[in-house]
Amino acid sequence: MVHVSATPVLALRGVSKRFGAVQALTDVDLEVHAGEVVALVGDNGAGKSTLVKTIAGVHPIDDGVIEWEGKPVTITKPHDAQGLGVATVYQDLALCNNLDVVGNLYLGRELLHRGVIDEVTMEKKARELLSTLSIRIPSVRIPIASLSGGQRQVVAIARALIGEPKLVILDEPTAALGVEQTAQVLDLVERLRERGLAVILISHNMADVKAVADTVAVLRLGKNNGSFPVKDTTHEEIIAAITGATDNAVTRRAGRRSAEAAK
Amino acid sequence: MSDTSKTVKSDSGPEKAAGTTTTPAEDPTAAGVLVTDPRLLVREEGLKGYVTEFKRKVKGGELGSLPVVVGLIIIWAIFQFKNDRFLSADNLSDITFFMSATGMLAIGLVFVLLLGEIDLSVGSVSGLSSTLFAVWVVEHGLNPWLALVLAVISGVLVGALHGWFFAKIGVPAFVVTLAGFLGWNGLMLWLLGSSGTINIPSDEGPVKLLGQSSFFMDQAIIGAYLLAGLGVLLSLIGNFGEQRRRKAAGVPYRPTGEILVRVGLLALAAFVAAAVLNNAQGVSNALVIFLAALVITDFVLRRTTYGRKVFAVGGGIEAARRAGISVPFVRISVFAISGGFAAIGGMFFAGQTASATLSAGGGNTLMLAIAAAVIGGTSLFGGRGSVWSALLGMLVIQSITTGLNLLNMNTSIQYMITGGVLLGAVVIDSVSRRSQKAAGRA
Repeated sequence: MVHVSATPVLALRGVSKRFGAVQALTDVDLEVHAGEVVALVGDNGAGKSTLVKTIAGVHPIDDGVIEWEGKPVTITKPHDAQGLGVATVYQDLALCNNLDVVGNLYLGRELLHRGVIDEVTMEKKARELLSTLSIRIPSVRIPIASLSGGQRQVVAIARALIGEPKLVILDEPTAALGVEQTAQVLDLVERLRERGLAVILISHNMADVKAVADTVAVLRLGKNNGSFPVKDTTHEEIIAAITGATDNAVTRRAGRRSAEAAK
Repeated sequence: MSDTSKTVKSDSGPEKAAGTTTTPAEDPTAAGVLVTDPRLLVREEGLKGYVTEFKRKVKGGELGSLPVVVGLIIIWAIFQFKNDRFLSADNLSDITFFMSATGMLAIGLVFVLLLGEIDLSVGSVSGLSSTLFAVWVVEHGLNPWLALVLAVISGVLVGALHGWFFAKIGVPAFVVTLAGFLGWNGLMLWLLGSSGTINIPSDEGPVKLLGQSSFFMDQAIIGAYLLAGLGVLLSLIGNFGEQRRRKAAGVPYRPTGEILVRVGLLALAAFVAAAVLNNAQGVSNALVIFLAALVITDFVLRRTTYGRKVFAVGGGIEAARRAGISVPFVRISVFAISGGFAAIGGMFFAGQTASATLSAGGGNTLMLAIAAAVIGGTSLFGGRGSVWSALLGMLVIQSITTGLNLLNMNTSIQYMITGGVLLGAVVIDSVSRRSQKAAGRA
C-alpha cells in the first residue's frame, strides 16, 4: 500500500449491524485511502452488501464508529452519505431508459439557467466528463435504452461522479458484462484511482480484483477475515480467507494442481 | 458451494483479463470521446441523411406523430368525399371549438400517462366541477370568476386525493380513479338533485368567454394572424437562441436550414389555420386558451425540473428514487394536475351548453380524452409522449365526431367507430414499442 501514512478517507472501526435475530456484521474494520481501490470480497451472505449499505446510509449501524477523513460521523440516511461525498453505484444500475445520457447523468441535480433546465451547459459538461474518463458512447443525446450493458455501466459510474464524490462504491460492476465491456469498466476504475478517488469495489470475480484492486478486504460470516495487499497475495490465500478454511475442496484442488504442475 | 466453484473457474483468468484491460488504454483512438464507434448510425450530410434517418426511425418504431397525421388526412378525405361541407371553414371552425373542452381533459391525462398510469375519473370530475360552478353561481350568487377558481381548486383537490390513495396507500391508480369515476358522478347527480339541469347565465363571466360566440379580439381579422405570427416568432426566437447558445458552448446544434424548414412548416400550418378560421367567424377564445395551456404545459414538461421528474418516474421509479426524487410527490401532483385540467375542461363544457346537466362529463367523454392522448402519440406504458398529442389526437377525435354528426350517424355507430379508433391507436403504440425494443430503443 502506497498511502499508509495518509488519513483514510473512510474508516470503519468495530462496526456491527443486526437485523432481528441475524448478526449481519460483527466488529468490522475497513479503511479506504484516497487513490486506493479496495476490493471487498466474500461469499454470498458474508455481509458485503450490508457493509456497503451502512456506508451508503441505507442501513444505519448499531455499534462502532465511522470515520470520514479522520473525524467520526453518523450516517443514518442516504442523504448523509451523499453529503459527505459517498457515491454508490448499485448492481441494478437504476437508470431511466427513456431519458438520454445527459438527462440520466444530471437526474435529480439538473443545472438551471434562469429557472429553466440548462440543456446546453449540461450537455457540454457531460461531454467533458465522459471524455476525461475516455468513455466512448455514440452520443450523449441517445436514450439509455439504446446503449449496451457495458455502456450503461460506465454511464452509471459517470453519473456517480457528477456530484464530485471522494469515495465511490461499485457493487459488482462487471457482473453482467462481456470481456470488452469488463475491460472498459476496469479501465474506468483505474481512472477513478488516478483522479485520487477512493474506490470500494465489490466483486466475486477474482480476475477483476487482481486486475485493479490495491487491497483485498475479505469478509466472512459478517467478520473481517483478513486484508491483503493484492500484489503479494496469491489467489489461494484470498480464496482460503473467503471460504474460511485451509482444508477444503478448493484448497485440496489447488494443491493437487500445483503438485501436478511440479511434476 | 456453487459460489466457490465459480471462483475457481475464473482461476486462470487474471492474466487474460489484465491483458484486455491494458489494450484500450494504449489504443491511441481511445484518447477522446469524439472518436465514434464505426458501428454507429450517424446521420449523413445533406438531404439524403434526413431521408435515411427517417427510414431508420420508422423501422425502429419511432413513429412520432406520423401515424396521426396520416390518419387525419385519411379521415378528412373520407368525410369530405361523403359530405362536401366537411372541409368548409364553418365546420373546421366548429371542430376547433368543440375539441378544446375534451382537449383540456386530454392534457391532464398526458401527465398521468407519462407516469404509465391512467386516470379514469376525468370525465366525472369535469362534470362535478361544472355542477359545482353552476350551483355556486346560480344558487348562491357567487361571483362567476371566484366560482371558476373554486371549481378548479376542487378539481385539483379531488385529483390530489386520488393521487394520495395511489401514492401513499398503494391502491392501483386504475381502481382509485374507477371509484372516483363512479363516486364523483354520484356526487354531481346528488348536487343537481331533482332539477336535473341548472342553466347558467351566459352573458357574463367565464361561461360567456368559453361560449361558442366568444372570439379572440372580437373577431378582428388581424387577431388570428396575430396569434399565428406570435407562435412562429416564438418558435424562431427559441430555435435560433438555442442554436446560438449551443454554438457558443461547442456542442452540436441544429443547422440553420433545418430550423428554417421546421419553422416554415409551422408557419404554413398556423397561417392556413388562421385564414380558415377567419373565413368562418374567427378564433374562438376556447381554442386560444387550449393552445395557451398546451404551450405552458409543454414548457413545464420539457424545460423544468418538475417535468424532468415526471419523465424520470415514468421511465424508472427506482432510478428516480435514487436520484432523490420524491416519487409520492410526483404521483400526487400529477393526479392533482389531471384533476385540475379535468375541472377546467368541465368549465369548457359548461361554456358550450351554458348549463350544468346530468349528462355532463358522462357518456364517452372519458374515452374520447384517453383516445385523444394515445392517438396523439403519448405512450400508455409511460415515459414517452408530449402534450401536443392532446392537440393532434383531439383533431382526429373531433373530426370523427363532427363528421359522423354531419352524416347523421347514430350515437351507436359513433361509439363503435371511436372505440375502434382507440383500439387502433393502442395497437400502434404497442407495436411501435415492440419494434423499439427490437431496435434497442425502449
